[in-house]
Amino acid sequence: MTLNGILQIAFYLAALTLLAKPLGAFMARVYQREKTFLDPVLGPLERLIYRLTKISPDEEMDWKANAVALLIFNFVGLIVVYLIQRVQQFLPLNPQGMAAVTPDSSFNTAVSFATNTNWQGYGGETTMSYLTQMLALTVQNFVSAASGMAVLALFIRGIARHSAKTLGNFWVDMTRSTLYILLPLAIVLSLVLVSQGVIQNNSAYVSVPFLQSTTDTAGVKVTDQVLAMGPAASQIAIKQLGTNGGGFFNVNSAHPYENPTPLADFLEMLAILLIPAALCYTFGKMVKDTRQGWAIFAAMMLILVTAVFWMYSVEGSGNPKLTALGVDQQSTSINPGGNMEGKEVRFGIPNSAVWATVTTAASNGSVNSMHDSYTPLGGLITLIMLHLGEVVFGGVGSGLYGMLIFVVVAVFVAGLLVGRTPEYLGHKIEAYEMKMASLLILIMPITVLVLTALSVVTAAGKAGIMNPGPHGFSEILYVFTSQANNNGSAFAGASVNTPFYNFTGGLAMLIGRYWLAVPTLALAGSLVKKKLVPVSEGTLPTHTPLFIFWLIAVVLIVGALNFLPALALGPIVEHFMMMQ
Amino acid sequence: MMLLKHLRTSIIAITVFTVLTGILYPLAVTGLAQLMFPKKANGSLIVKDGKTFGSELIGQPFSDPKYFWSRLSATGPFAYNAGASSGSNYGPINQTYLDGVKKRIQDLKAVDSSNTQPVPADLVTASGSGLDPHISVAAALYQLPRVARIRSLNQDQVRSLVAQYTEGRQLGFLGEPRVNVLKLNLALDETQSLSGGK
Repeated sequence: MTLNGILQIAFYLAALTLLAKPLGAFMARVYQREKTFLDPVLGPLERLIYRLTKISPDEEMDWKANAVALLIFNFVGLIVVYLIQRVQQFLPLNPQGMAAVTPDSSFNTAVSFATNTNWQGYGGETTMSYLTQMLALTVQNFVSAASGMAVLALFIRGIARHSAKTLGNFWVDMTRSTLYILLPLAIVLSLVLVSQGVIQNNSAYVSVPFLQSTTDTAGVKVTDQVLAMGPAASQIAIKQLGTNGGGFFNVNSAHPYENPTPLADFLEMLAILLIPAALCYTFGKMVKDTRQGWAIFAAMMLILVTAVFWMYSVEGSGNPKLTALGVDQQSTSINPGGNMEGKEVRFGIPNSAVWATVTTAASNGSVNSMHDSYTPLGGLITLIMLHLGEVVFGGVGSGLYGMLIFVVVAVFVAGLLVGRTPEYLGHKIEAYEMKMASLLILIMPITVLVLTALSVVTAAGKAGIMNPGPHGFSEILYVFTSQANNNGSAFAGASVNTPFYNFTGGLAMLIGRYWLAVPTLALAGSLVKKKLVPVSEGTLPTHTPLFIFWLIAVVLIVGALNFLPALALGPIVEHFMMMQ
Repeated sequence: MMLLKHLRTSIIAITVFTVLTGILYPLAVTGLAQLMFPKKANGSLIVKDGKTFGSELIGQPFSDPKYFWSRLSATGPFAYNAGASSGSNYGPINQTYLDGVKKRIQDLKAVDSSNTQPVPADLVTASGSGLDPHISVAAALYQLPRVARIRSLNQDQVRSLVAQYTEGRQLGFLGEPRVNVLKLNLALDETQSLSGGK
């Protein structure tokens, strides 16, 4: 670790914390349908959308109607994404003449973008036309993120209200999330990114001469370099803000046209956690006790800070196998040092380490370095962040509602320990809530472990492995961990654009998104009906440091214990092999 | 009934949002970007006297000892293929990876046998994108005596060129100091053609 590295990380975490309150307060106004400074511009547009879609903005719905709206809207989106990929060769804005995407890959990608996972089985610049990138992928980047935020808004109202029936209107929350939050931020961010060198055009790929010609693997002389082009900035801005993560190019934000400078990198990384962090404050505002929001923010931040510095230290110390070969991995002011395989010089170790931690903590999944080439312990940290269930800030909306489920569990376990009736913000936590919470916590590990087990015993599954030994097992574990958590990052060496992985992965993403979102809404539907339990001496305060540490303990125990045996077979064994 | 109502709303809503976020938003950004930052929006191409020499942001492969070498690149079927970005994705103890590092060190020593310094890590590893335009300052200094010797230039002259194409930390603290390999090599060629060198 260098002083400069620590300074960069501290600056990032400070910026994130400082922005949480102003943006969080703004978002609370958006969800409570109060006046904002954007009303003069966006108000008429919002009313136009309600008129076209025949949505009555003042009509509220119970949890079931909202769940149905979510499922149908996302299903229709999925079909659209599938169809556009299948017919892109007949559509305009395809200067490279990209052919139709295969059915299994189209299915996987459609599920991937509709579920806010943005797993990329494909390479962007070799597969997708510009129109597909815009109409199919960029649109889902907005609406899948807005869907997650809408579910959160509905869930928060379930906690904020008592003795009520309805949670709000999914359509209104989704529309307002897109118009007032995602769209303005995306426009500003995409232009700032272009100012740093991110491309934004509709031109055909550009051919330029190599200064020194080279030869390809077949021994043929190559004199020119073809530069992939396209409308990248507009998609990158929203892919970060909406915790989507699906890159314009194959290597995502490691590509210099997606992420050209350290400042661009800082802004993209900030955009990944900006909304999830600020939503903690929004939550506090909406339940009329901002301490509750800060307590959850603190729990998330403490886990994140620990993981970030652990990651920085393991990646910065490099690979002993290279030291043995006489490679200089010492970090200095002129040498980034450390484990540089799969990392870019302009980012160095600290910015790669923070990004890898942040993108797996949030369900973003964009990468600026290749996780497959991390040291075993570095890879372990990415897997642990995913295994916690994307609740350390997590996806926009989904991260916080995931964490609130853990809060319910933490309150319940604490209540059992001291023999008091568990309650959270005036709601009694009873058998139904615990059933839903247990379901929510168990589904992800079961999906991941069953599909991983299936893959390591079938030929189709084993065919995807690239690196031999325990690392190959980590690759497969990562595939399903990433997809079931709607993350989308990868140990990208694994060849997963095959019918087997496209199908099983698609299944994991669907389960990970909807099998969680629906019980979450059911839980909210049950909470909202409960009578207010006044605060008494027996109430466990949920904003104290004691509760924050208790919540962290519950998250870590549940997350770590489910996956410890699997992690022992992969990264932990590999670590000892590397240290030999 | 409720299902049909939501289905109808969904179909209209996805159409409306496709127009708004899939057509108007990217086209508006393209328009503004082309107006405000035309060079950057179109790939930061290096144009001199009407000729294009690649992009400032996309690296190129070099194997001639008279040039500074870029980092390794795992793109296929040839290095620095900017139409198909890719990292190596090798795990840290993969033997193929370690053999590649060994070969790279041998290649560097083969053209510079007198150099006994340890090789900086970025010069023996492949970048994440396979298109990294930079090497570290340490990697440039490692190669400097070789390039100066082969080009019969004095080391201070090459050192001042390296300094000229070194990008510092942005805003003084963000990122790593780095050297743009293509720009440096273009400048080296230009220096020699001006001074009438070989």
